Amino acid sequence: MNSDKVTKIVLASSSIIILLLAGGMIYSLAQGAIPVFREFGLQFIISDDWNPRSGEESYGALPFIAGTVITSALALLISLPLSFSASLFLGEYYRGTRMARILGMLVDLLAGIPSIVYGLWGFYVLRSFLATLGAPNQGFGIFTASLILAIMIIPYATSLSNEIISMVPNELKEAAYSLGATRIEVIWNVIVPSARSGIIAGYILAFGRALGETMAVTMLIGNANIIPSGLFSTGNTMASVIANQFGEASGLKLSALIAIGLLLFLITGIINAIGKFVVKRMS
Amino acid sequence: MNNAGKQNIKNNLTGRKMKDRFFRGLVIALSVITISPIILILYELIVQGIGQISLDFIIQTPPDTFEAMTAKLNDEPIPGGIANGITGTLLMVSVASAIAIPVGILTGIYLYENQNKFLAGLTRNISDILQGVPSIVLGLIAYLWVVKYITNGFSALAGSVSLAIMMLPMIVRSTEETLKMIPVAIKEAALALGVPYYKVLMKVLIPTGFSGLLTGILLGISRILGETAPLLLTALGSSRINLDITEPVSAIPLLIWEFYNDPNMAELIWSSSLLLMFMVLSLNIVSKQMAARRK
Repeated sequence: MNSDKVTKIVLASSSIIILLLAGGMIYSLAQGAIPVFREFGLQFIISDDWNPRSGEESYGALPFIAGTVITSALALLISLPLSFSASLFLGEYYRGTRMARILGMLVDLLAGIPSIVYGLWGFYVLRSFLATLGAPNQGFGIFTASLILAIMIIPYATSLSNEIISMVPNELKEAAYSLGATRIEVIWNVIVPSARSGIIAGYILAFGRALGETMAVTMLIGNANIIPSGLFSTGNTMASVIANQFGEASGLKLSALIAIGLLLFLITGIINAIGKFVVKRMS
Repeated sequence: MNNAGKQNIKNNLTGRKMKDRFFRGLVIALSVITISPIILILYELIVQGIGQISLDFIIQTPPDTFEAMTAKLNDEPIPGGIANGITGTLLMVSVASAIAIPVGILTGIYLYENQNKFLAGLTRNISDILQGVPSIVLGLIAYLWVVKYITNGFSALAGSVSLAIMMLPMIVRSTEETLKMIPVAIKEAALALGVPYYKVLMKVLIPTGFSGLLTGILLGISRILGETAPLLLTALGSSRINLDITEPVSAIPLLIWEFYNDPNMAELIWSSSLLLMFMVLSLNIVSKQMAARRK
């Protein structure tokens, strides 16, 4: 066999490794989740009863699914005005200026901060600040966790929409200006409509990020295995319950945590696929 | 047009201009709020952490709770450092890189060479989806594969595997993007001379795109340096310096988590975080600079 063929085979097999990796991940998670699904069936997803005490064991993941969706959605809502403003600052108002470069660099740096450092800052600074303002549960809960998540996803939401906003053709904007439109009118009537799907894709991908964040949320959400009853209620997310309870888990409980991991994998996979699809349809 | 109509238009225009100015102010204000967390976080880390940083902090292992408590009661600084975490982080990041870099670069080359093949498209999509998998799930995977079947216990290898899976898609992506920017003529010139394909890769494509590949690798490393969640499920932590990949090992983020959970050690949290941030941000900035210079 000649060397070109060998090279081609090596290259193709490394890409097959990636496929096997992904397939193996789903297989192993599904296999680990079998015991809990065999025991509780669909009840596992729709029950809110999480009780690991032996003898009366019962596992329902609904509180964590609810906690994950609520904190991520809230985080998205909070970060929306912030990241949208930042992307207008970077991609429209001050595009190409020194100020935009500095702001862009700082936004990028937000993505570099490890989750656990966000968690520490959230715990020592943000939580205690909210507690002095009178937040219940010493400042732990859904709201605090969502706030820190919002900060964490800002760079993901900003970078894509900034790029798309700065790509809106000048002719379109100039046409609107020549009709006497002010800048805000150009932004809302020209830029936003033509960059819409890119901006949306950015937010979808940021939402996907928020779903799986672990450490910072674990340190701030209060770790209660209940469906959150309000903005300042404590709770748990799918990721935080795995991080919190994995250490002492075995048997059926371990299987329940793996099943939560499988659900999390599938949910983030679907959200990301939708985001990528929107991006692809744009280009 | 009568006078009242003109007046109307004029008022309307002032109103529109006011709105425009107000919106611009709002955008600037919100943008400043957007970046304030990074400044507040860095400020907090530096103010609280710089005092603990010393040579001992880097070359010694952490005290036990009792030693820390005694030091605290006597109003002395907490002795010891995080050498076990530093070595553990370096060990796991090296092993993870050794796994992820070759596979990632080869896959990236495959995607570049076979843009439109079915297998390439599938791999590209799967790799994009892998990039979005939460790190804690990767920890579960490494637990199921390595901790249960290979090392039969928590180990540095398991931690490295979870970090490697995390790094892999980033390297695939950056390799493909880098190679796409290299003019095809360079590759064709080498092939026209009758150079075997693997030599074209090793001597032409990879060297030409080297700085791009390195940027991707450094960004990947900066991403996994601070990861905590998957290591909780795999590497577990260790109070001594350990370089055996089949044994549990500590890491800087794991130590931060331990200090956070032990009130006596709380003072070490900030210096450890400061060191971690310094490592992550300097890698981050170096790689961004390299990327900027290429453009």
